[in-house]
Amino acid sequence: MPGRYGVPTDPDYQERLAEFEARIRRGEKIEPGDWMPEEYRRQLIRMISQHAHSEVVGMLPEGAWITRAPTLKRKMILVAKVQDEAGHGQYLYHAAETLGISREAMLEALLSGKAKYSSIFNYPTLTWADIGTIGWLVDGAAIKNQTMLAQCSYGPYSRAMVRICAEETFHHKQGKEMVLLYAQGTPKQRAMAQDAINRWWWPALMMLGPHDKDSPNTEVLVRWGIKTKTNDQVRQEFINEHAPEILAAGLSIPDPELRYDEKSGNWLHGPINWDEFWQVVSGNGPMNKERLEARRRAHAEGAWVREALEAYAAKQKKAAVAV
Amino acid sequence: MKPSVKDALIAKLTALGDDELILAHRNSEWVGHGPILEEDIALANIVQDELGHATLWYGLRKELDGSDPDQLAFFRDANEYRCCELVELPKGDWAFTMLRQYLFDLYEALWLEAAQHSAYKPLAEAAQKIIREERFHLQHTRAWVERLGLGTEESNRRLQQALNFQWGYAQQLFVPIPGEELLVAEGIVPELGPIRERWLELVTRHLQNADLKLPINPGYQPTSRAYHTEHLWSILAEMQSTARWEPEAKVW
Repeated sequence: MPGRYGVPTDPDYQERLAEFEARIRRGEKIEPGDWMPEEYRRQLIRMISQHAHSEVVGMLPEGAWITRAPTLKRKMILVAKVQDEAGHGQYLYHAAETLGISREAMLEALLSGKAKYSSIFNYPTLTWADIGTIGWLVDGAAIKNQTMLAQCSYGPYSRAMVRICAEETFHHKQGKEMVLLYAQGTPKQRAMAQDAINRWWWPALMMLGPHDKDSPNTEVLVRWGIKTKTNDQVRQEFINEHAPEILAAGLSIPDPELRYDEKSGNWLHGPINWDEFWQVVSGNGPMNKERLEARRRAHAEGAWVREALEAYAAKQKKAAVAV
Repeated sequence: MKPSVKDALIAKLTALGDDELILAHRNSEWVGHGPILEEDIALANIVQDELGHATLWYGLRKELDGSDPDQLAFFRDANEYRCCELVELPKGDWAFTMLRQYLFDLYEALWLEAAQHSAYKPLAEAAQKIIREERFHLQHTRAWVERLGLGTEESNRRLQQALNFQWGYAQQLFVPIPGEELLVAEGIVPELGPIRERWLELVTRHLQNADLKLPINPGYQPTSRAYHTEHLWSILAEMQSTARWEPEAKVW
């Protein structure tokens, strides 16, 4: 059942909005059938579908290494991980559908380039160590964000996040284990691990979103309990956990200004290259064109399959009626 | 176990493992590129099962000769592989992949059913362990053959084209490897002849129900597993690239 959405011109909007915000303050979950401001719905569709697209596009950089994994066990783990991502995409699309948008409409927005997905997947995976590093840093950053979103005020999104976080935590552990292993491996393995950290560190910081002052959506998202922390807070949590671990592994971090601040207990980072971030977000990252093209190709090449499925289902239905 | 029987069993386990590994490789090329998201999930599942089966067969070989499964997979050359040619063929379109999977799954399910009664206990136990997975695969690919065969004109045409291409290759699944008769005589592996008969009967019925025609001229039928398609070298070049990039690595 589609929810009921309010716009500010409705006569009872203010009254309902006050009631809605009171529910959120009491920590209640908003469910699909409940009244909600149109803007709440719009923001959630934007976030959940972006998140779903990120899972689906995120299958590409890692999936490309399934055929090159160095052992049978690693190959198996990687297939399982990429499969989990497909699963996450699937139930996030379902969560978004509860807000009255179809999967086809969301896919259309992705393929036309209208919808965004995480900037991180527009970077290439150049070596096998990237697979470990993505698990450790990229999933590590994602978990910080998702743990927060598991508390969010929209029931279906919150529940999807609880499930996704459990699996992501597993991926994070596996990724970290790999990088730590290679950091202690042969010189070639060590160099490969370091190179991967060098390339993924900054994009991982960026994927948590622009600084609070440049994040136009944050204020309303926090007020409506969709986000419970700001981008900078989440980023700080991520650095505080990962920076000391990377250094303890004997690897370096490509930020000469990175230092531990006794007073705040935080690891402080140097300036982030936001020009690069906005370039990637606006479609000019190293892999934007390839990622989107891969999705478009899969969609186009699958068109006849989906048509066949529909035709088959229609024939079955007709046959059933005839009986 | 007599040395000649042991050698034959090692060769058979290698062939079984190689089939699974190379088929898993081809199927894994689809992951992230499937026609619908649900099929990315399903095929990734099949790939994991196949990798699991490969690991199991190589593991049984290890019990016999101490060989390391990862060494077998990542440091053997194309001319040492013993997979059949069917599994090496490029993934093609969705009809090609689903038909190959169906033909292979049915063969494997029938073989495993019989192998559950193997006189060699580890093999019997392995077959008992994986046959349930194989029945799931078969259910899935069987349904796809029906849907594509009876779907649209185009899907039927594509599936028919795949069938014309693969039919001869599929027959290699039933060609015994050198020394296999020793294993059959000892009751270690099932005889392929009766399995082929049953396979042919089931495949023919299902394909005809799906509005497909068995090719009159089956074309090339590979026999020896010592020789391969042009593709295997490239498959291995890709599959082994990371492992061979650092052969000194103690762990991955």
